[in-house]
Amino acid sequence: MLRNTLLAALVATLFVTGCSKQNQTAGGDNIIKIGSASPLTGPQAHLGKDNENGAQLAVDEINAAGLTLDGKKVRIDLIAEDDQADPKAATTVAQKLVDDGIVGVIGHLNSGATIPASKIYFDAGIPQISPSATAVSYTAQGYNTAYRVMTNDKQQGQVLGQYAVKQLGAKNVAVIDDRTAYGQGLADEFEKAVKAAGGSVVAREYTTDKSTDFMAILTSIKSHSPQVVFFGGMDPQAAPLAKQMKQLGLTAQLLGGDGMQTPKFISLANSDAEGTIASNPGLPLDSMPGGKSFKEKFNARFGEIQNYAPYAYDAVYVMVAAMQRAHSSDPAKYLAEMPKTDYQGVTGHIRFDSKGDLTDGAVTLYQVKSGKWQTLQTIQNSK
Amino acid sequence: MDIFVQQLINGLVLGSVYALVALGYTMVYGILELINFAHGEVTMFGAMIALAVISALIGAGVDLPGVVVALLGLLAAIPACMALGYTIERVAYRPLRHAPRLAPLITAIGVSIVLQNVAMLIWGRQYISFPPILPQGYHNLLGARITDVQIVILITSVVLMIALTLLVQRTRLGRAMRATAQSPQLAGLMGVNANTVISLTFIIGSALAAVAGVMVSAYYGLAHYYMGFLLGLKAFSAAVLGGIGNLAGAMLGGLLLGVIESLGAGYIGDITGGFLGSNYQDVFAFFVLILVLIIRPSGLLGERVGERA
Repeated sequence: MLRNTLLAALVATLFVTGCSKQNQTAGGDNIIKIGSASPLTGPQAHLGKDNENGAQLAVDEINAAGLTLDGKKVRIDLIAEDDQADPKAATTVAQKLVDDGIVGVIGHLNSGATIPASKIYFDAGIPQISPSATAVSYTAQGYNTAYRVMTNDKQQGQVLGQYAVKQLGAKNVAVIDDRTAYGQGLADEFEKAVKAAGGSVVAREYTTDKSTDFMAILTSIKSHSPQVVFFGGMDPQAAPLAKQMKQLGLTAQLLGGDGMQTPKFISLANSDAEGTIASNPGLPLDSMPGGKSFKEKFNARFGEIQNYAPYAYDAVYVMVAAMQRAHSSDPAKYLAEMPKTDYQGVTGHIRFDSKGDLTDGAVTLYQVKSGKWQTLQTIQNSK
Repeated sequence: MDIFVQQLINGLVLGSVYALVALGYTMVYGILELINFAHGEVTMFGAMIALAVISALIGAGVDLPGVVVALLGLLAAIPACMALGYTIERVAYRPLRHAPRLAPLITAIGVSIVLQNVAMLIWGRQYISFPPILPQGYHNLLGARITDVQIVILITSVVLMIALTLLVQRTRLGRAMRATAQSPQLAGLMGVNANTVISLTFIIGSALAAVAGVMVSAYYGLAHYYMGFLLGLKAFSAAVLGGIGNLAGAMLGGLLLGVIESLGAGYIGDITGGFLGSNYQDVFAFFVLILVLIIRPSGLLGERVGERA
């Protein structure tokens, strides 16, 4: 009896989901689905939620203003999925989004998750715009579906490496990375730039994106007495790293990339964050063309911006603009319009090169002074 | 040389925390032959509860020295974790006391996941900062540096380990625990209430876990709903390394594991010429575990198992 009921329920569920899918493909209810994929659980959940909120803000604005494609009123539904910042989970999530019938995706957050997922979107012919994946290899795969609205690690690593040697006058540099596609990629580019500028890398150490204990690594680094310790990784690791450097009396300058240029880094490391220098692709929020108004809108609804929300917001607008030019939300049709993007967004002027990278990117350096990230300088991309 | 001393200090501090958590695993295993996989999560709850109390006190503008505030957090965390340990045993393990071995093992994993998710719902998914209220002083020791926090962790761990050993070896409760470990039925015939003893074992283990959790979060300056998982796994390895069921073994295993991890991560790059790196830090614990299990399956100080059957 119970078994029969269960079976009936199962059949009913299958029937209902089957029907709803048909509706969408037939275009009966004029809802188009856009995916948002980022880590919503785990150590980087605050950044993932930030991305989702940024995209949601754009979607809600577009829906409120009313979107019309080819004479039909259209509503956008943002489907947020949790990729746990994990490459394996990312491919599962990507497949799920594709199966759900999304027409485009904003994400993923991490390069390590974005790269494996990008193949699935490419195979399905679905355009993907990552707000934050900075690894060079993401757009180097030759996928015509892969785009990003942020400067890549090559540019960021170069700026950081040159800064370490030329501005900070460091001859000896120690490099730690968290062995993710992001951390490793950035650290590699940094290392290249340091060597090119005449500095030398005296220690190269590795950790994971879940570690909190760096005492052993830092002790061994200390024996090489470097002037700069570079960390390629995210804020939950960077903060205990900064703390433990102080504990060990390692006085080298801590330097890092966008993964640690967050308010969370300061709130976790407290006073030990002081003096840390980190870069972020793009302009400082307050110098962004639409930064101030975006900040007000975002703060009113979701609170403090962690990092990438404005990029996720722009990514939605870039995608919808391509749909409007194509008069269609059919991925195959509006994908052809993506390379023609010329959009003045919150984060700056968005145009893509042949790979899907930004042509007009910038990298900004920040330093923690009196418990706040203060802008040091912005270096415009010379591409 | 000072590098070696420094690595040794790092390892001992880490190891003493592993040892405290490992005691909880080993006590429960000694009595029930159950691996309480939820023990790591009790550690995490200890840290989270202490942090909640500490931030509440700071938020309320309480004007007390930082050490006192931290102690108040700890004093709140200990009874809360004791209650949690007791509840876990009552809800998840006692009903399955006579079920096949596999059943309580699976509920243990289930409880661990449930606790992680409860913590995530209460405190969120983010890393939570341990406020900078503790003194930041340090001392020089043979050319290396030992901080006040590290000293406190070492002393607290050693004191608690001695206290637990005395409790088990010298008190009536300890005798009842040892008797129950030998044979719950026979101990029962001698007037020992096995259920009470088992509950108390969970409660004591959880109190130690609470202290360990607070110390870890103070040491690294952060806490997180997921922090109990790896810590629990390593403490479990430490317990097995020392010989699970054996108190001295858990302490030795914990300290050894910490030192091996620290020295391993510090020197592996130099030894292998960069072929293996310090990202293998977490792997050492499990590598050592496998090695010990191959060479000496009962652990370093473990007795032969199967005595009870």
